[in-house]
Amino acid sequence: MKIMGEMLLRRQAFAEIVMGNTALVRAMVEAGTRVVSSYPGSPTPEIATAIQSIPKADRPFYFEFSTNEKVATELAYGAAVNGHLSTVFFKSVGLNVAADTFVQLSLMNIIGGMVVVLGDDPGANSSQNEQDNRHYAQMSYTPVLEPADPDEVYRFYLEAARLSRQHGMPVILRLTTHVCHAKEKVSFGQWQPAETDNTPRFDPANGPYIPITTLAIEKKRIALARLEVVRRHAEETALNRTIDHGNPQRGVITMGLPFLSLMEVLEDAQTHPDIFKLAFVHPLPEEAIVSFLSGHREVKILEELDNVLETQIKALAFDRKLPVTIVGKNGQEDWIGEYTPGKVHRVLHACWPDLLETPPSVNIEDPAPARPAQMCPGCGHRSAFHAIKQALAPTDITVADIGCHTLGFLPPYEMGQLLMCMGASTAMGSGLRLFNTLRNVVAFMGDSTFFHAALPGIVNAVFNDHSITLILMENGTTAMTGHQDHAASGRNFNETTDKIPVRQVLEGLGVRHIFEVDTYQQAKLKDLVAQATALDEFSVVIARHPCMLKFTREQRRKSGYRQKHVKIDQDRCERMHACIEQFGCPTFSRDANGGVTINTDLCLGDGSCIQTCPTRAILPAGEEKKGGAA
Amino acid sequence: MKTFNIYLTGVGGQGIGLLSEIVLRAVDHSGQRVKSVDTHGLAQRGGIVVSQIRLGDSVHAPLIPAGRADLAIALERHEALRAAGAALREGGCLVYYDTVWQPLAVRLGDAATVTVSDIDALCRDRSIRVIPVFQPDLPDIRMQNMAVLGGIAGNALIPGVELTHYRLAMDDLMAGTMLERNRDLFDQRANE
Repeated sequence: MKIMGEMLLRRQAFAEIVMGNTALVRAMVEAGTRVVSSYPGSPTPEIATAIQSIPKADRPFYFEFSTNEKVATELAYGAAVNGHLSTVFFKSVGLNVAADTFVQLSLMNIIGGMVVVLGDDPGANSSQNEQDNRHYAQMSYTPVLEPADPDEVYRFYLEAARLSRQHGMPVILRLTTHVCHAKEKVSFGQWQPAETDNTPRFDPANGPYIPITTLAIEKKRIALARLEVVRRHAEETALNRTIDHGNPQRGVITMGLPFLSLMEVLEDAQTHPDIFKLAFVHPLPEEAIVSFLSGHREVKILEELDNVLETQIKALAFDRKLPVTIVGKNGQEDWIGEYTPGKVHRVLHACWPDLLETPPSVNIEDPAPARPAQMCPGCGHRSAFHAIKQALAPTDITVADIGCHTLGFLPPYEMGQLLMCMGASTAMGSGLRLFNTLRNVVAFMGDSTFFHAALPGIVNAVFNDHSITLILMENGTTAMTGHQDHAASGRNFNETTDKIPVRQVLEGLGVRHIFEVDTYQQAKLKDLVAQATALDEFSVVIARHPCMLKFTREQRRKSGYRQKHVKIDQDRCERMHACIEQFGCPTFSRDANGGVTINTDLCLGDGSCIQTCPTRAILPAGEEKKGGAA
Repeated sequence: MKTFNIYLTGVGGQGIGLLSEIVLRAVDHSGQRVKSVDTHGLAQRGGIVVSQIRLGDSVHAPLIPAGRADLAIALERHEALRAAGAALREGGCLVYYDTVWQPLAVRLGDAATVTVSDIDALCRDRSIRVIPVFQPDLPDIRMQNMAVLGGIAGNALIPGVELTHYRLAMDDLMAGTMLERNRDLFDQRANE
């Protein structure tokens, strides 16, 4: 069996099949990165999985999951101004959380070097938007390298780390979902571990590190000057790719994954435009672009999401008075979604209809019913939503937050009618309560999110006296992104720690009404929610149950584990379908005659469903039907 | 070498990840050029998991252009129909494990469940070869993926990939009892 951790630390050069996220970790090792931090978010958590495959004692760098992306960025910055090459990684919208710190980075002299790895998500596969983080790079004068595949992830990180250290500036490595998750064989270089140097090299003389008033202006001059240095480097870097078909008519300027989709689509083309693929998507290599534009009558700018390249390249052509037609986005749809081969086919065909056959229709009919994501069998959130729904009036307002419990918005629960971002539910709920005496407001929150971004909203609700009820859905882990530990888990990435109990935090913040219950006690939870919402003050219900996916995986690793499942007593079942239509565990299947059966692939035998059956037809795991129907 | 596209699909929790990694590495062991990508947004929560594997010297993108899969591998019946209808090319091949994890709309009574004859009818229309796999006596439902892998290998569904390549890939990824149990099942199904 191949051991990932062993592979990542191999001294000699080797080639191995890896995903982009794993290739990144080998690059961190080879680059001599000393500090890495993150907050979990798709598409980046597998970076930490790869890091975890290296035993802690052998790990050549420090890694932590911090409480949120801003904290992770600050930690990496602190380490880097002490002389250690650092890296912070997180998902696209994580940069919004980190932004207050991030936008300052380029003003600083980061002597150790610092790479910011972003997992952008065109197509919003697992995010609340598909924001194009190149805008942040422009706003903050930060260079961006954008790889297209795992091989480039490896090589571009090495370049980002080298540049960052050389110029003492932050460099972004912008990944997208299917670059993170693509797999291919990558050839890695040798690794000679450097002598560890733990000297704390922070020196105010390297600064100033205090960007206020006139100092901030001076620092901005330095940031802009450094960006020009990087621009000159971007002109010449061997990481740019030009594919010259000797076509004086047509060219394409592109970047990242859309480049691969373009190459794919052109396999079927009769003629081939020349291609210039940028390694640096900020700052742009202006002279190289001018040279490419000058060699073609018509140039298509092929970029995913927003028209960041297009506007700059058009301005450049205008300034240089180039006699070239530049074709950018053609309508709103070109701004939306991932540039898959199919999408690039449509975009390219709209630009040059003679180049390719008419693309197939986008609307292929799906012959099977849709399969939205579900809460897992046994999930404590299901019991919670089932009970909470019964405690609320249909007109009450429920506010969702980010986490597995977001899925409560789906039928049959429809709990959580508004969603924004991490930690937003309490304050949004507080706003919904203003002038509102008719409709109770209930907000939901997960426990990892509680520490991440929820505390200010909760403090505000206490401080400004907003009478809403927050239901803290405590499952002991960061479940949605693959069970990372958080401050109340009793473990961090590296070792066991003291838990920071949510109840004591709430008490410390001055919350006066705190209720606690295991969510499987549905009747009690319903009663507590009714009590809490009847209060005229801010209240919190801690609705607790361990993540059953995590729990079951841990059980399965033990010897002698046998999956149990509940049974349906068909004599008692009156086909009222409460189990299917209200409780909604995916374990319950509907047969052709309207009867209910148990999917034994799925059922854990947890029994949280038993209390939901009006005719008591669900029998606990291991319990056979008693003689004679009731 | 001609391009060959493999589309793998199932429901979160069925073991698509391991199955895909074995196929990917088996292709690599066969000496062919290969790329793949997993798409699993919220899949851990009972949604659809898709993995795409592409063989060939003229493959660039990891994602298969729509309707160009040569082989679809599905671990569940609804997902088998979806793959046959949306991902496979005319005349492709579908291999699927015949278990049913009803989607929400079916459980709520708002949509009909997919039947074996739905799959057969659609595949007949599109000239798709269908290979259903089912093994009632599996000791662990998490081995359904290995039963399917045995079916793929036994029917030589991936050009140039032989039994030894699959076994090497399994050796790369598993050890101990897990490897033994999975390899036994794989060998049994592959030799049928």
